[in-house]
Amino acid sequence: MIKLSKDLFKYIISWLRVPIALISTQYSLMIEYRAEIILWAISGILPLIMLAIWKEATISERIGLSDDYLTRYFVSAFIVRQFTAVWVMVSFEEDNLEGRLSPYLLQPLMPFWRYFSSHIAEQISRIPIVLIMLLVLNASIPNILWIPSLKTLVIFCCALFSAFCVRFLLHWMFSMICFWSDRVSALERLLLIPYLFLSGLVAPLDTFPTPIRNFANLTPFPYILAFPSNILAEKKIDLISNFTSLFFWAILLFLLSYLFWKRGIRHYSGMGA
Amino acid sequence: MIKYLRSTSEVFRVLFSFWSTSIASELEYQLNLVIEIISVVANLTGSIFILSLFYSPTTNLGGWSWHASLVVLGIYTILDGYTTSFLHPNLSRIVRHVQNGTLDFVLLKPINSQLWLSFRIFSPWGIPSILSGITLVIIGFINSQANFSIKSLLLSILMVLSSFIILYSLWFLIATTSIWFVRVWNANEVLRSTLVAGRYPISAYPESLRRIFTFILPIAFLTTVPAEAILNILSYRIAFLSLILAIAFLFISKRFWMFALKFYTSASS
Repeated sequence: MIKLSKDLFKYIISWLRVPIALISTQYSLMIEYRAEIILWAISGILPLIMLAIWKEATISERIGLSDDYLTRYFVSAFIVRQFTAVWVMVSFEEDNLEGRLSPYLLQPLMPFWRYFSSHIAEQISRIPIVLIMLLVLNASIPNILWIPSLKTLVIFCCALFSAFCVRFLLHWMFSMICFWSDRVSALERLLLIPYLFLSGLVAPLDTFPTPIRNFANLTPFPYILAFPSNILAEKKIDLISNFTSLFFWAILLFLLSYLFWKRGIRHYSGMGA
Repeated sequence: MIKYLRSTSEVFRVLFSFWSTSIASELEYQLNLVIEIISVVANLTGSIFILSLFYSPTTNLGGWSWHASLVVLGIYTILDGYTTSFLHPNLSRIVRHVQNGTLDFVLLKPINSQLWLSFRIFSPWGIPSILSGITLVIIGFINSQANFSIKSLLLSILMVLSSFIILYSLWFLIATTSIWFVRVWNANEVLRSTLVAGRYPISAYPESLRRIFTFILPIAFLTTVPAEAILNILSYRIAFLSLILAIAFLFISKRFWMFALKFYTSASS
């Protein structure tokens, strides 16, 4: 029995070896770029600017959104945005154009995990920066922060991570276009537009007219941002249907990107080789 | 005087040939035009939609009528196109010049280095933004029943020019710091993300932010003041302040560049 549990432990460790190595090396790499990460984090203040406008605007009361909810929603959106930042299209394009993808392909590790772990590592290095920004926010606007219950926090973290995965898979799928075209960064800008307007980053989805809200709910964007934000803001929402949508998108995007990857790899001729 | 005129015409001749070559090279990528037009249309639709959320028969944004705030959004869109056409393509290269040491060659050229670095490239991809911004301004202006006069037209052009200068100087100031901190490019992202606040009239913000956006980060002078000039509701005091600010910013950016160059030691030496 003891031997069995020892073996199991060894097995789990050996299984975790690769992810731990990947994330820790990427983390040390990210620490090198901490100044940039601070700047990236600051450039995510859009939800806070929108909070200022929404609180000042007279319309929110008419729609029935309390000031309290607006504050919590946008502060949550700020946090969610920080931890769902994705730039895989840019780095994949760069690696593809500069021929770095070829050696990656020779290694017994799907390149997907390399990019995925670098995003995870970046998020870990963002945690203290976001905490400091929140403290500064709380100092300048007293009592803006609130303490969510443990249950909320746990559900929030699950939703946040799923949201990140969906956004990452979405961008990863579009990165596959690199195999056929070399102007993917222009496409990334296009992808950011629906994210900006439909995800709930600049306005809570409750303020949208019903047809547009229904349309937005057909896209993956609200689940990436508005859904986790609403959880943290402690709004009553249908968790099961939202999580189902998230998983639906995750599986769909995973399958599609896997398909594109297979086709792209066949098409790949090694830039600069 | 004649000498001055000749040097100015020389500058324009040089700029003209710079821009025609950069347009020729950019036109290689025709697919970009399609992407750019789609992105401008989608962006405008989204911005107008979000703006419309604040309006109902009884509510507005900071006391601005719907059409008046369209003028603000139009100015913002014009500035966005200006950024795409000039600021971004040129100033993002300063960082690379410093990194690779090619700034040496720029400094050796018989032309003002700040002028060369800032206006060497003209990217035509900002034109869709600029055109749609102008359209939006005209639509907003006609529907807001503002009085038209030659005086207000001149004042508007002056205010738009000074907002161009202020925006340019802000970008250039940050780009200049790359002489010391090579990887400074993300600082411009910060600037860009803060300037998004200029999409809405400044009076839509709470008092404290309004003060910051006027005196610390002059967002008010970028979009709201030109829009007020177009709508003929700008006070001369603010107009004067905007001009002073533009001149001061331009002067500071020039002096700061000269100062920074003293610390430039070239790469790999």
